[in-house]
Amino acid sequence: MKRVQFSSPYLPYLFIAPQMAIIFVFFYWPSVQAIQSSFYLEDPFGFGSTFVGLSNYVDALGSAQYQSIARFTVVFTALVTFLSLGFGMLLAVKADAVLKGSSTYKTLLIWVYAIAPPVAGLMGMMFFDQHIGPLVKFAALFGWDMKVGLNYNDTAFAMIAVSVWKQIPYNFIFILSGLQSIPVSVREAAAIDCRSGVRRFWTMTLPLLAPTAFFLLIINMTYALFDTFGVIDVMVKDKAANNPITLVYKVYMDGFRGNDLGGSSAQSVILMIVVFVLTVFQFRFIERRVHYN
Amino acid sequence: MFKPLSLAGFALAMSATASMAATNITWWHGMAGRNGEVINEVAKKFNDAQTACAITPVSKGTYEEALASGIAAFRAGEQPNILQVFDAGAATIINAPGAVIPAEDLITQAGYTFDREAFIEGVRYFYAAPDGKFVGMPFNSSAPIMYVNTEALEKVGVEAPKTWEEFEAIAPKLKEAGYLPLVQSQLTWQFTENFFSRHNIQFATNNNGYDSVVDTKINMTDPNLVMMFTKLKAWADEGYFGYYGAGWNDNQKLFEDGKAAFWIGSSGSFGGLQKTAQKPFSATFLPYWNSIQGAGTNTFIGGAALFAMSGKPEAENKCTADFFQFLTSPEVQKFYHEATGYVAITKAAYELAKSEGYYKEKPAAEVGIQQLMLKSGDWSKGYRLGFYPQIREIMEREYGRIFAGETSVEDALKTIETEANDLLARFAKTAG
Repeated sequence: MKRVQFSSPYLPYLFIAPQMAIIFVFFYWPSVQAIQSSFYLEDPFGFGSTFVGLSNYVDALGSAQYQSIARFTVVFTALVTFLSLGFGMLLAVKADAVLKGSSTYKTLLIWVYAIAPPVAGLMGMMFFDQHIGPLVKFAALFGWDMKVGLNYNDTAFAMIAVSVWKQIPYNFIFILSGLQSIPVSVREAAAIDCRSGVRRFWTMTLPLLAPTAFFLLIINMTYALFDTFGVIDVMVKDKAANNPITLVYKVYMDGFRGNDLGGSSAQSVILMIVVFVLTVFQFRFIERRVHYN
Repeated sequence: MFKPLSLAGFALAMSATASMAATNITWWHGMAGRNGEVINEVAKKFNDAQTACAITPVSKGTYEEALASGIAAFRAGEQPNILQVFDAGAATIINAPGAVIPAEDLITQAGYTFDREAFIEGVRYFYAAPDGKFVGMPFNSSAPIMYVNTEALEKVGVEAPKTWEEFEAIAPKLKEAGYLPLVQSQLTWQFTENFFSRHNIQFATNNNGYDSVVDTKINMTDPNLVMMFTKLKAWADEGYFGYYGAGWNDNQKLFEDGKAAFWIGSSGSFGGLQKTAQKPFSATFLPYWNSIQGAGTNTFIGGAALFAMSGKPEAENKCTADFFQFLTSPEVQKFYHEATGYVAITKAAYELAKSEGYYKEKPAAEVGIQQLMLKSGDWSKGYRLGFYPQIREIMEREYGRIFAGETSVEDALKTIETEANDLLARFAKTAG
């Protein structure tokens, strides 16, 4: 068999150069700068900076406020990931089983994905508005005096609801295509062996979906950690006050609103480390249990 | 197909050559909506009035975003000629010497005379150096004033209160008549910063932060402030005061709909409120506690000022000075005042609007400027505190917790004081 190979050893590097250049400019360079400025206290206009060692990290990690935001971020990420994956899977399995008009269902379910996060936030904000929100009025029917923007837990509920709603279609698309890649012969064989649809799902469908689900797990966690920024920003209306926020929003508030470059750099480095550890953990421990075809 | 395109190109080229002759300057601001449109109108007036300079205003989003963009641009050497910076961000830019040319220097170097006395009392100090030299040029200036639902007052048969004691006396009657007696829109500006100003109480050490950044401490545990918030919380529990979060509009809405009797807003809200309010309204001064000795002094300005960024060519600085000069002329001030509701910042502009009978027609428009012109005290000139936008965020957080019942007034104010002092110490290090 003829081996396909590049004629020059340098050619492959040339091919990946554009991609590397983009990664370098938009990821490595800013990361190095963030790490560097996290060790300094700097006046915003760049006239002078003082080396302060790890004190930016100590200040951030030692602050009760930062710790409570970190706790909320963990809960928020776990709930958004779990709920959006769960609902996405439920809807995909059900839509996959529909025979008549299935494309209509699918289109309607995917639709939401076309909404940009700030717009989703805006819609959420209207739904949960203190004075005119229909969902607030609905909650009042059950005696729940919902005060989004004022009560910590109510705002958290609204944020999670909007973030999950926004992410369900994404999971839906991937799980649906994952389901459709399961060979018909396997499904038929399973159907002959076992009558219970629920049991078939747990023993046959879910393991075969594992690669997709694993991919989605990582994507959803990064979504909850970072991409929900737009939703949060719109829902707290530019004033975080006593509302829950995530760590990314805190980086933004301190860096871009408060002009504390050193402090917010340290926070973003902490976040980078968290994501790094999380990714390594997932690939080492969870991916082992995933079987690719 | 090609014709309109080439025509558009031609027009573009023409306008480019037309402005080529003039010196171009840029102005970054953080105004949106109607206030943003008015900025464009002011710029157009300037460009039409002379040919040497052409100014281009650019909206950078909110106040905070405008400041962040200006800082990022300055670090990259791409700063605009004029940057609008809001009250809470004043310390950030003024404590970075070399980032701006003091407005007063810029104007005198351009050959104009500069008269500090021409400005009204309440705007004279906030953006100035400790010696009184104007660093920023006050632009959109506002004062926290109380809007009054006149229909509610007539129904109940009471007068608008001058003091909080009077408010306490009439609040139960208003509540009985089905009104929410009081709402406000910004506890930080209206019930903290201007609380100290209105009652002539020191807000921070080092002369409210004006003299030095080193070792500046904030006075959040002042017994009078504790009393104010204890009262607010008690009023909220009684149903005399409604708190709907830190968002401005969520609170204003109650007054717009005619459900609230009094709303502490901004004098700059006047323009918008005329369109949105469902009921007739008037306005009066921000109330104060008669029980606090020396209370009743003026409030200082909120809003924002224009800063001339350094590192620009001489010719452009001259144009910036020309524009500042143009902006403070009575006619332009009067136009801006009437179009937006922000107060006129010079005495001449105020007199002009008065002589034309503007305030006879719209008495509410005069309240802000009158409040700024009340007698001033040692502590009613303003404050200069570093990382203040973050300090405000801490206040918003803790105030929210007070009204959500998660903390006590004493604990909240103590937390604010501790965290704010940490930030002030941090700021002293960055500026040092």
